[in-house]
Amino acid sequence: MTALQLQDICKSFDTAEGRVEVLKSVSLTLEMGQSLALTGESGSGKSTLLHIAAGLEHPDSGRVMVGADDMTAMGDTQRARLRRGRVGLIFQQFNLIPSLNVAANLAFQARLAGVHDAPFVAELAERLGLAALMQRYPEQLSGGQQQRVAIGRCLAARPAIVLADEPTGNLDEATGDQVLDLMLQLTAEASTALLLVTHSARLAALCDSRVHLRAGQLAAAQ
Amino acid sequence: MTRAALSALLSHWRNNPLQLVMLLAGLALATALWSGVQALNAEARSAYGTAENLLSESGAARLEHPSGQIDQAEFARLRRAGWQVSPVIEGRAGLGTGRVTVLGIDPLSAEAGVGAALAAADLEGFFSGLGYAHPQTLDEIGPTDHPLRATQAVPVGTVLVDLSTADTLLRADGRITRLSVSPIQPDGLQPLEILAPELRLIAPEDGAELAGLTDSFHLNLTAFGLLAFAVGLFIVHSAVGLAFEQRRAMFRTLRALGLPLRSLTACLAGEMVLFALIAGAAGLGLGYLLASALLPDVALTLRGLYGAPVPGSLQFDPLWALAGLGMTLAGTALAGAQALWRLWHMPILAPAQPRAWAHASGRTMRLQAGVALALACLATGLALTGDGLIAGFTLLAATLLAAALAVPLVLAAVLVGAARLARAPVAQWFWADSRQNLPRLSLALMALMLALSANIGVGTMVASFRATFIDWLDLRLVAEVNVLPRSQSEAEALHAFLTPRADAILPMQRIDATLGGQPGQVYAMKDHATFRENWQLIEPVANVWDRLAAGEGVLVNEQLYRRAGLRPGTSMLDLPGIGALPVLGAYPDYGNPLAQAVLSLDRFDAAYPETPIRQFAIRTNDTPGLIASLQDDFGLLSTQITDQAQAKDLSLTIFERTFLITRALNVLTLSVAALALFAALVTLSGMRLAQLAPLWALGLTTRHLAALELGRALALGLLTMVFALPVGLLLAQVLLSVINVQAFGWRLPMQVFPADWARLGLWASAAVLAAAAIPALRLWRKGAAQLLRVFAHER
Repeated sequence: MTALQLQDICKSFDTAEGRVEVLKSVSLTLEMGQSLALTGESGSGKSTLLHIAAGLEHPDSGRVMVGADDMTAMGDTQRARLRRGRVGLIFQQFNLIPSLNVAANLAFQARLAGVHDAPFVAELAERLGLAALMQRYPEQLSGGQQQRVAIGRCLAARPAIVLADEPTGNLDEATGDQVLDLMLQLTAEASTALLLVTHSARLAALCDSRVHLRAGQLAAAQ
Repeated sequence: MTRAALSALLSHWRNNPLQLVMLLAGLALATALWSGVQALNAEARSAYGTAENLLSESGAARLEHPSGQIDQAEFARLRRAGWQVSPVIEGRAGLGTGRVTVLGIDPLSAEAGVGAALAAADLEGFFSGLGYAHPQTLDEIGPTDHPLRATQAVPVGTVLVDLSTADTLLRADGRITRLSVSPIQPDGLQPLEILAPELRLIAPEDGAELAGLTDSFHLNLTAFGLLAFAVGLFIVHSAVGLAFEQRRAMFRTLRALGLPLRSLTACLAGEMVLFALIAGAAGLGLGYLLASALLPDVALTLRGLYGAPVPGSLQFDPLWALAGLGMTLAGTALAGAQALWRLWHMPILAPAQPRAWAHASGRTMRLQAGVALALACLATGLALTGDGLIAGFTLLAATLLAAALAVPLVLAAVLVGAARLARAPVAQWFWADSRQNLPRLSLALMALMLALSANIGVGTMVASFRATFIDWLDLRLVAEVNVLPRSQSEAEALHAFLTPRADAILPMQRIDATLGGQPGQVYAMKDHATFRENWQLIEPVANVWDRLAAGEGVLVNEQLYRRAGLRPGTSMLDLPGIGALPVLGAYPDYGNPLAQAVLSLDRFDAAYPETPIRQFAIRTNDTPGLIASLQDDFGLLSTQITDQAQAKDLSLTIFERTFLITRALNVLTLSVAALALFAALVTLSGMRLAQLAPLWALGLTTRHLAALELGRALALGLLTMVFALPVGLLLAQVLLSVINVQAFGWRLPMQVFPADWARLGLWASAAVLAAAAIPALRLWRKGAAQLLRVFAHER
């Protein structure tokens, strides 16, 4: 069953040097339970593609289908609702809510989506090694701990798709591997589709499949 | 090197123009309000100087008769005895289309002064009726039968003429108002006590000098100017602090590249001086415009309250401009000192990430709480033991500062409580996030609290005063008609005319006197039910009215009662020509700067015979009929008659004018606070993006986020308002029971006006919403693109 489908996505930006085409008719499909690594050089358009997939950014043309829903035909409010309930986002900079403690951060998206399941969150916290840190605030955590909270926050809402943008980019190699293993394990268990943006071939190799973005086009798919 | 460093530092402002505008606007507004008030004060004081220098440069003593009139023969006798005295006739008269103070001098015997110099310029013309007046007076009265020449040297509202011209204009019948006594007298003169025992010698410093009388008024203005200046400095402090935080990385880089700390600090200090000069110059311009706009009302107030001749137009004084710039520089130094101090102590490899203002740390919060507590203790101490106007204002300042410093602490406690009680995730985030951002908004909220509590305090004071004043006027101005006789003979004729036509005729006679060491007046009071039934007395002795009628003592006004610490029943008051009399009670006498004592008519007549009757208060049950009869049958001019309604209107008009400037400054202070909040919200909005981006990514729309931002500003504004309410009431209590008593000599009961608070709450909400609207609108409209950039900047 298809979780996410990007069809002929084009995107360009106005820059000081003129209009730059960042994505040139990019298409890809992600099945439920599948993990897909999107690699590419800096400036190749990886993050833009991920933002478009998340409904954070509008493509110039093309379609974004989340399940059977055409996200490109939706308004801002509908896209926000879809993101809340069916899409999970994990960022390089963790982007936790600094004013809330770990417990509140973990439950935040699930509560926002109205699917909060306290025992499930507690189990996630246990598996992510966060059970003893629930009352701490993000600034009191290490980078690895913060990213684990971000993963927990995302998975607690039981999204259909997880979009992860360089989730280990700010972590050392050992911690990064640990975090990624955990993320892959948890998404696989929940049959959640995972689109992982990374420039590391080593990390990409851990996913079920890989695509490479070069100069705005999918250069090769393995 | 310095130029390169300066260029790098200034580039920050190029990239953050709004922040620069806020910094300059805050500084300019602070300067404008402060220097505007100073310009008003300086103009008024200069006018008092003009008035006092008119008759003598060195300040001459004067000789007065208790009745207010001296015979020509008395003057001639003193001159023959060798005394260097000069006659002066002074009084109010209609001239052209207005009423003026006519001041008649004898230029040949007058002490060297501005008046004598003016007369000497055209002595022949002066003797033949030429007068001098301020250009504004000439405009006000229009063409007259008397030739008048314009000069800035004569106070507004006064016409300087020769003695004989004044005699004609005032129908003085050759009677002199007072004699001016030269400070230099020949040796061996017979003492005045022997030569003229009925005349009183009044030293220049004992007179009711305008500067002394109006001191409290000017002190009030200065206090308001200082408050507005302080509120403005909150904006500057906030903007400078933010710019410092934003440039931490740049400071580290500049120092790593070899710029010495001393040079970096000097560059930043230079930058601040530059901004202070630019904003100070703009502020002076604004201050001048503000003062020009307010001066006419201030002049009317000073004329109405104190008879102080202040012109309605402003002169430019370079010294004022220099002092204003100096204040701006000092204020900037104060507002920027913390940033410079932190820079001076910042290690070269200090983390470059902007951290929250220092207030965020628990240590700073504890320090702030300690200072607030110390100030509260100081205020309590002053409230219990302080004395004098300066102590009163220090009490006010300490109360306000303590409350302002407590604002973030109180709000933090409320927000933490609200976050704990919240159940929905967004609500939980809303309160927790508000708590987290509180340190960044605390300066603006403190400024808002200051402005709001000042508004509530001053508003309550004015409204309480107004309510009491109106009640008091109703009781005080019970006579249906008042008439002003032009001379003693007319007064006698009027009395005879009125006797069969009126229910009661209450003559008003008074003499000027020094009472309890203060300039004052003694009034005569006829024993009548009008006074017995309507005057509400403070601490009256038993059978007070009977004892007053029997001439057994005096009533004193509240000002004299409080200032001289008189206690009815035990205190005595010295009256000229009578000696000490028991004080029988005190009566409220709002709006009068002078001390006053009231004697029974019989006792007054016996002590001060021949004192002219200045006014009759007439009781009648046929007001229109009596007025018509006075005009048609007696031939009284309409300008000599005022009915009760006119008298009340006049009193209320003077009252309203008195507080017009206060209201204007109140509104301006609130506007500055709104600007401070706007500045804080605008600058914060850039830093907020990183905090809002995750929520947007998690599924909140930009519209929802913008609404939450508006709601947060409103919630913080309203919480500040709630906190400002008790502070404002405390302020009103201090104003009513400490400042007013010290400054004016009367104590008023405090009344509360919840409708006014509701109105202020609406205004404050509108100001807060207006301040938050632009950042919120920007977030709603362009938020998605900006929020996306947060994620893009991660790499």
